[in-house]
Amino acid sequence: MSKKQSLSGVFFNGILVENPTFRLVLGTCPTIAVTTSALNGIGMGLAATFVLVGSNVVISLLRNFIPDKVRIPAFVVVICTFVTLIQMLMQAYVPSLYASLGLFIPLIVVNCIILARAEAYASKNGVAASAVDGLGMGIGFTLAITVIGAIRELFGSGTLFGFNLLGAGYQPMLILILAPGGFIIYGLTLGVMNIIMNRAEANKSAKEGVEA
Amino acid sequence: MELHVSNAPQIYAKDSTRTLMYDVILALLLPSFAGIWFFGLRAALVLVIAIAAAVLSEYGYQKILHKPVTINDLSAVVTGLLLGLNLPVSAPWWLPVIGSVFAIVLIKQLFGGLGDNFLNPALSARAVLLASWPTLMTNFTRPGPSLDAVSSATVLSGYPSIPLQMFIGNIPGTIGEVSKAAILLGFLYLLLRGVISWRIPVVFVGAYALLALMLGNDVLTGVLSGGLLFGAVFMAPDYTTSPMTAKGQYIFAAACGLIVALIRNFGAYPEGVTYAILLLNIVTPLIDRSVKNKVYGKGKQ
Amino acid sequence: MNALVKILLFMVSCVLTNNFIFSRFLGNCPFLGVSNKVETAVGMGVAVTFVMALASLFTWLLYHYVLVPFNLRYLDTISFILVIAALVQFVEMFIKKSSPSLYKALGIYLPLITTNCAVLGAALLNITSDYNLLYAVLNGTFGALGFLLAIVLMAGVRERLETSDIPESFKGFPICIIIAGLMSVAFMGFSGFGG
Repeated sequence: MSKKQSLSGVFFNGILVENPTFRLVLGTCPTIAVTTSALNGIGMGLAATFVLVGSNVVISLLRNFIPDKVRIPAFVVVICTFVTLIQMLMQAYVPSLYASLGLFIPLIVVNCIILARAEAYASKNGVAASAVDGLGMGIGFTLAITVIGAIRELFGSGTLFGFNLLGAGYQPMLILILAPGGFIIYGLTLGVMNIIMNRAEANKSAKEGVEA
Repeated sequence: MELHVSNAPQIYAKDSTRTLMYDVILALLLPSFAGIWFFGLRAALVLVIAIAAAVLSEYGYQKILHKPVTINDLSAVVTGLLLGLNLPVSAPWWLPVIGSVFAIVLIKQLFGGLGDNFLNPALSARAVLLASWPTLMTNFTRPGPSLDAVSSATVLSGYPSIPLQMFIGNIPGTIGEVSKAAILLGFLYLLLRGVISWRIPVVFVGAYALLALMLGNDVLTGVLSGGLLFGAVFMAPDYTTSPMTAKGQYIFAAACGLIVALIRNFGAYPEGVTYAILLLNIVTPLIDRSVKNKVYGKGKQ
Repeated sequence: MNALVKILLFMVSCVLTNNFIFSRFLGNCPFLGVSNKVETAVGMGVAVTFVMALASLFTWLLYHYVLVPFNLRYLDTISFILVIAALVQFVEMFIKKSSPSLYKALGIYLPLITTNCAVLGAALLNITSDYNLLYAVLNGTFGALGFLLAIVLMAGVRERLETSDIPESFKGFPICIIIAGLMSVAFMGFSGFGG
C-alpha cells in the first residue's frame, strides 16, 4: 500500500478494496439507521460524500500548516463546517429527505469514515489525490448503503425507490424496515461480501502462484 | 426447548442427544394432538410444514458448507415442531417455512449449530414472524373442526372464557399453547424422564403469579392464558439458552415471570412470554458468569 | 406524584424502549469494537455514561444560555463537539490517575468517545426534542446506561461464542452485527414501556 497509486487506483480503492462499509466497517450507525429505503441510502451517501471530498481537500491544503498537536480538533472544525453547509443546503432544497435522515446528517461530523480519511490520507497526500480519495470513499459508502437500503426496502415494503416491484400480493416482511432488519441485513451482506472478497483473493493468489 | 447438550456441567453425554430429543418430541405430541383436536387437520399441516422446512434447511446448510449432517439427532425436528406449535392454525404455508429457515440457518447453524446458539431458535423465529406479519400471526381462528376463518381475539385481549375451557384448551390461540392440560401432562412426562428439572417452569409461573397478584390481575386467567405455560415448560428450560446452575436457573425463571407480568400490564404487546424468554436468553451468559463458581456442579438432578 | 411517575417512566424508556443501540442506532462503533470482554465493556459503558451525562448538562446550558441569546444556533454541532472533546480529555485524565489498568484496557477507545455518535447524538436530541434541563440530563444519563446495558449483554454473548464454530467469513463484525439485530428483536418486547 505504500507504493504511489494512480488516481484511478485511489478511486477504486475506496469503492472496492477498502470499502468503508464492507471492508473497514466504519460509519455503522447511519448504515443501520437510515437504510430503510434505497433513496435514503443514496441521500445519506451523497451527503457524506460531499463532506468527505470537501474536508479531504481543505485538510490536504492545510496539511503543512496545522500543528500536529491540535490536528484532530482542527480536522473536526473543518469537517463540521462542511456538515453545517450540507445541512443548510439540504434543508433548503430537499427538506423531506433531510427530515427522514434526521439526526444522522449533523452526526456526519462524528462519522468515523471522514475523520479516518482526514487522518490517514488527506493529512499526508496532495490535493488532487485527497479529493479523489474522498470521492472514492464517498461513492463506496453510497453504493454500499444504497444496496442495503434497496434490499430492506424491496423485502420490507415491497418497493424499490418507491416503485411497487413485488406486486400487490406480496406481504412485506415488516421487520426488515424495523431496527432488527437494519442490523441483520447489514450483518448478512457484510458476511456475504467477505465470502466474495475471500474467494477473489484466493483466486488471485492462486493465479499469481501459477505465474510465479 | 432445543435440549442441546452444551459444554457445561451436564449429566448427558453427547450421544444421548437423540434420546433426549425423542423424549421431548413425545412430550410435545400431547399439545400437538390437542391442537389438532381443537383446530382441525390444518393444524397438523402447519406442524408438518414447519418440521419439514426445519429439517431440510439444516440438511441444506450442512451440505453446502460440507459439514457432517446432523439431522438424525432430531434437534431440527424439535425446533420445527416448537415453531409450528407457536403459530396460529390460520398461518399461510410460507409462514412456517420462513420461520423454520430463519430458526435453523440464522439462529442455530450460523452460530455453530447444536449447543452454540445463544437464543432459542423457535422463539426467535416466532418473534421475527410476529414483528413482520403481525396480523397473520395473531389471526386466531375460533376453535372447532370447521375452518371458517373467524378471527378472534385471545383471552388476553378480552375474550370471555371460563377457566375450565381454558384449561382444556377450547380457546383461541396458537396451536400448541391452548391446551394447558396437555402441556402439564407433557411437563409431567419430561419430569419423570429426568429431561428437565422443575425449577424453571415452576419458578417462572410462580414469579408471574406473584407479580400479577400484586398488580391486581386475575391470576388464574393470567396463568392459563397465552403462551405462559407452554413457554415455561417447553421453551425456557432449553439447556443451551438457560443457565447451567440451580441458582442461575432460579434467577432466570424469576426474571422471566417478572417480565411477562410487566409486558402484559404495561407493554404494547398483549403477550410477553416470547420476549421475556428471549431477553433472558441474552442475559444467560452473564448469569452463568456471575454464579458459576459458587454453585458449580449442583446442576441438573 | 404524577410528575415523579412521569420522570420514572422517562428513565425506563431511555434505557429500554428507546435504547441508544437497539432503537436509536447511536454509538455502534464502540458497541461493536469494545464488546469482546465483559470487563472492558463495563469500563467503556461507565466512561460513556460519565461523559454523556456531563455533556448533556453542559451542551444544554451552552445552547440555551449562549447560542440562543446570541443567535448562534447554527453553531450547535461544532460547539457541542468541542465541549465533548474537552470533557473526554478530562475523563481520560481522571481514569488514567484513578485506574491505570482500566486506562490500559480501554486503550484507543477512550479518546474515541469524542467521536462516539451517541454522545453528540444525545446532546443534539436534547435540543431537537425540546427537553428541559432535567430531562436533558436524564436523557444523557439513562440513555448511556442503556448503552452500558447493551454493550455488557453483547460482551457476555460474545465471550460465550468464543469457541463456537462460526463460518470464517462471518466471524468478527458480521456475526456481531447479527447478534445486535437479534437482541433488538428481543428488546422490541419493551415497546410501550414508559409511554
